[in-house]
Amino acid sequence: MDDFGNALSAALSLVVGLDDQLLEIVGLSLHVSLSAVIIAAAIGLPLGAAVALFRFPGRMAVVVLLNAFMGLPPVVVGLIVYLLLSRAGPLGTLGLLFTPTAMIIAQVILVTPIIAALTRQVIEDLWAEYEEQLRSLGAGPGRALTALLWDGRFSLVTAVLAGFGRASAEVGAVMIVGGNIDHVTRVMTTTIALEVSKGDLALALGLGLILLALSASVNGAAFLIKETAQRRHA
Amino acid sequence: MTSAILPLSLDNVSYEIGGVRLIKDMTCTFEAGPRTAIIGPNGAGKSLFLRLCHGLIRPSTGKVSWHANDADGQAPGDAQAMVFQRPVMLRRSVSANVDFALKLKGIARDERVRRIDDVLARAGLRRLKDQPARVLSFGEQQKLALARAWALRPQVLFLDEPTASLDPAATHSVEEIIEAIHGEGTRIILTTHDLGQAKRLSDEVIFLHRGRMLERAPTEQFFTEPKNDLAQAFVRGELLWWRLGKDNRKGAINDREK
Repeated sequence: MDDFGNALSAALSLVVGLDDQLLEIVGLSLHVSLSAVIIAAAIGLPLGAAVALFRFPGRMAVVVLLNAFMGLPPVVVGLIVYLLLSRAGPLGTLGLLFTPTAMIIAQVILVTPIIAALTRQVIEDLWAEYEEQLRSLGAGPGRALTALLWDGRFSLVTAVLAGFGRASAEVGAVMIVGGNIDHVTRVMTTTIALEVSKGDLALALGLGLILLALSASVNGAAFLIKETAQRRHA
Repeated sequence: MTSAILPLSLDNVSYEIGGVRLIKDMTCTFEAGPRTAIIGPNGAGKSLFLRLCHGLIRPSTGKVSWHANDADGQAPGDAQAMVFQRPVMLRRSVSANVDFALKLKGIARDERVRRIDDVLARAGLRRLKDQPARVLSFGEQQKLALARAWALRPQVLFLDEPTASLDPAATHSVEEIIEAIHGEGTRIILTTHDLGQAKRLSDEVIFLHRGRMLERAPTEQFFTEPKNDLAQAFVRGELLWWRLGKDNRKGAINDREK
């Protein structure tokens, strides 16, 4: 118990003192996760909306796959990206393995199905309500899609935040494709895993506290956005 | 100047879902001018009829056709609008809802601003122009739906029970807007359960029952001397029904339905 108390107070002093190492790790974590979420949103939002709107052969299979891929195991994704980017892999010549870019690629693969699947549900519900009106006004598929994405924006923020939650919390994929290299690919989750195995609980706990705060902030923001939207736009 | 999209013609139009014919062998023409009220009991096919005319659904057999496009080539879809029983408001402001409809038609920004201001003022909604549309009352939302359609300057406006869920005051406001739209030359075709409204808002009545057009007559004539026996019963306020059971479809009204 004393060990835990000591570790906690050391962790707090690292956080409060804005420790350089800690800031570097947090900064890289945010860079990787935010980049991955932005790219995943750019792919997942229109993809999910298109699956909701358009009827095409195999649509149900796509819906099932998107839902299934929401639970992709990070280590499996990490392994696949590792194989693709390794020297002997098809994309080995790009030299991306053990770089932040490789970590972003792995997280994009993890997060895109989450955003796309949640977007599909939101847009499908909205389409059921809007379809006749939009078709009556003469909106083609493209205009209908953009209108639905805009009108569903508050619910879709929640989908993107769910993706961010997944990206910032996962450790398996970034560990495999990033290699947890100090000052290069070391992020919060991989550092926590490493420091715990070394028995240095202070940095691990400090980062853990920041991760928790980040998670709470993300959920708080999602709640506030939805509440505000419901008050403003019913 | 836009080309005239009327007359609208339905040629032997039927519509079926799952083998059940909901609209049966409908043939009629709508010329420019008078207002038409389509009445009939629930399940008569009134809303389906409007959707077939508006192009939201395609007939299973037969043909719905508008007057051929003229030289200036306005497509029929661009010159007609529809207002639904339940107004569907986008999650944006009152003025943005009208603006969205105008943008879809490719109308220039200055003209959009002018039309938005004009229709919102005439619908009595100008003071609410910056309010989110979905927080308006049901009656105000229906007025906005009419204003949105009005801003498109349609040659034909389809109204599907536009006052079905409104109180008398809101109904009065909506009817005034419909009259004003008609006053600018828009052909009105509406469905209603309210016989009083049919008298107030129409020049001719079409009576539908179980997917068939049983009577079409000038409004005054329809309400004083309906020719069809089911129409007579409907105007008298009798319930048009049929019984299921051993002696399926009993009675005079139901014999008519065989």
